[in-house]
Amino acid sequence: MNVQIESWEDMALELVPQHLAGHGVPWVTAARQSAFERFEERGFPTKREEEWKYTDVAAIGKRTSLAPDNIPPDPSSEAALFAWTLAQENMHLLVFVNGHFSSELSAVGKLPSGARLESLADVLDANADLPQALFDEQHEHTVFAALNTALTTDGAVLQLAPGVVLEKPVYLLFVASGRGTAVYPRNIFLLGEGAHATVIEHYFGMLEAHNFTDAVTQISLDAGAEMQHCKLIQEGKDAFHVAGIHAEQAAGSRFVSHSFALGGRLARNDITSLLNGTGCHCSFDGLYLLDGKQHADHHTRVDHFAPSCTSREYYRGILDGESHGVFSGKVVVHPHAVKSDAHQSNRNLLLSRQAEVDTKPQLEIFADDVKCTHGATVGQLDDDSLFYLRSRGIDADSARSLLIYGFANDIIGRVEVPEMRTRIEHLVLDRLPQGEQIKELL
Amino acid sequence: MLSVKNLHVAIEGKEILRGIDLDVRPGEVHAIMGPNGSGKSTLAQVLAGREGYQVTAGSVRYLDLDMLAMPAEERARAGVFLAFQYPVEIPGVSNALFLKTALNSIRKQRGLPELDAMEFLNLVRDKMKVLGMDDKLLPRAVNEGFSGGEKKRNEILQMAILEPKLAILDETDSGLDIDALKLVAEGVNRMRNAERAIILVTHYQRLLEFIVPDVVHVLSQGRIVKTGGAGLALELEQYGYGWLETEPEALQPS
Repeated sequence: MNVQIESWEDMALELVPQHLAGHGVPWVTAARQSAFERFEERGFPTKREEEWKYTDVAAIGKRTSLAPDNIPPDPSSEAALFAWTLAQENMHLLVFVNGHFSSELSAVGKLPSGARLESLADVLDANADLPQALFDEQHEHTVFAALNTALTTDGAVLQLAPGVVLEKPVYLLFVASGRGTAVYPRNIFLLGEGAHATVIEHYFGMLEAHNFTDAVTQISLDAGAEMQHCKLIQEGKDAFHVAGIHAEQAAGSRFVSHSFALGGRLARNDITSLLNGTGCHCSFDGLYLLDGKQHADHHTRVDHFAPSCTSREYYRGILDGESHGVFSGKVVVHPHAVKSDAHQSNRNLLLSRQAEVDTKPQLEIFADDVKCTHGATVGQLDDDSLFYLRSRGIDADSARSLLIYGFANDIIGRVEVPEMRTRIEHLVLDRLPQGEQIKELL
Repeated sequence: MLSVKNLHVAIEGKEILRGIDLDVRPGEVHAIMGPNGSGKSTLAQVLAGREGYQVTAGSVRYLDLDMLAMPAEERARAGVFLAFQYPVEIPGVSNALFLKTALNSIRKQRGLPELDAMEFLNLVRDKMKVLGMDDKLLPRAVNEGFSGGEKKRNEILQMAILEPKLAILDETDSGLDIDALKLVAEGVNRMRNAERAIILVTHYQRLLEFIVPDVVHVLSQGRIVKTGGAGLALELEQYGYGWLETEPEALQPS
């Protein structure tokens, strides 16, 4: 491992005082230090580890630096972002550039009382009430989470008091405008009883640079709370993106996660939920659209701890070139979690002979009276469908693109925020031959 | 308009069509009847440009074009239309998007401007009304979850919108109840005119009560064994196809 940060002391001296969230807050510093020690001890995972068998992260360890940068926003990127900001008037917008909150580019807007939406740095600086346990080892699902805790740059904190319903979506835009930057976003969403929120996390790389993002999102839903979460990875061509999204759900809560992996050289998402209370529901879905040498890996885990919870997973992959897709979904139904209802499906469309998919739906059931199903398919475009479209005068390229679009649409159509749905639809069509024409007809 | 000469077609080495001759002129309605496995659907698919068949001999001329050299989409743009026996479901693609894409491809070929959203909607709604179709089918995925009758009507809707010169209807009557059959037949009859030719591929005479053909061909074991007027269909209805099996070689096209 060639890591420039040699020791905690170096980092603490060189980095924390400068620009990382929560510097000077003793418990934060202590949490960073112990997380860094865990990271040093374990190092990056290798392909010998079951959970990393199909995803090689060695290249991340070979980076020249893992140190988070402190690159100020570049005016040219602000111009590019301006269009975004304009388009997002009906959202609570928080923009992070190279890991750091930019109040100039953000437009948080008016929040209902009982709602807090701020950058993590501001929350820590204000010494506001935040569960310190979120930075403990027990919340680290992978070693990347330890590294994130050690080096957290900044992130968003959303706290809703019981019953608070956020009408507009929260839009978190993470922009990488530098070359070779490393960023460690940490997002924390805490919803009180019956609170509702929709959050979009958009990771956008402006350059084809070897940027590295190691993100962690922690979600806690009290009884009856509801969260829709939509994540879009649109990193630059050579970027690495590793992230965890972890929810804990109390009785009757609902968590919906959409994950779109459209950009970057490597994307790994670990998405989990703990169904701790009776009658919870979680639904994960995702789409990976890959070509060239892109690699995308979705690892999910749902733990049914309480009775009468439902979980749903729908993931689809479209793979061209020499790309590689991975889906590993684990559902564990623990003792006492009777009347659990779990369903998992992963479907893949291979567009080239060199593309590859590893899919592994898994069920572990330790309770009686449960309904669990799973399925996975890997296939090609259907000849009958292609002929049908072509027999209507549609050229072969457009016919293929329509079928691919249709396949993707099953997932895109699940996104509740119309602006986001259209945005993703267009991103998919932009990658398809004749996609521009299809866009015009939509 | 269409001239098929000595057409031999095989699939995976097995000969399905064994020398088809067929001439269809503008304005004519031809029925091709025959028992299961006689090659009716293969003929329809080969004419529409389905890949995977080997044409081992013969030729097909359409409007002075070498049709067999043209991919399916070029045939469609030149005015050929096949109403499928089993319309294909296209998940995730709305009927509206599908119809718009198809219509614009064909209009472009004909040198016509693309229709804007309003013009398109008006056109489609009109045609749907005639076919007794609910316009709620427009935002739904192509044929997905459609009933058998809705799928067949959706085929006729496409035909009505694309206005082909040569329409081939493959078993369009199968799976339709009598009311749906009448609506479909009405839709087809409305499209009959002096320039347009229609080929009805069907097992049963039932459809021909509502769409009366000018010429009826009987296909058996990959050959047209008998050709006659509309009355031939009634004979078939009366005697069935059993007589074909016993003496196919004895019969010559009239």
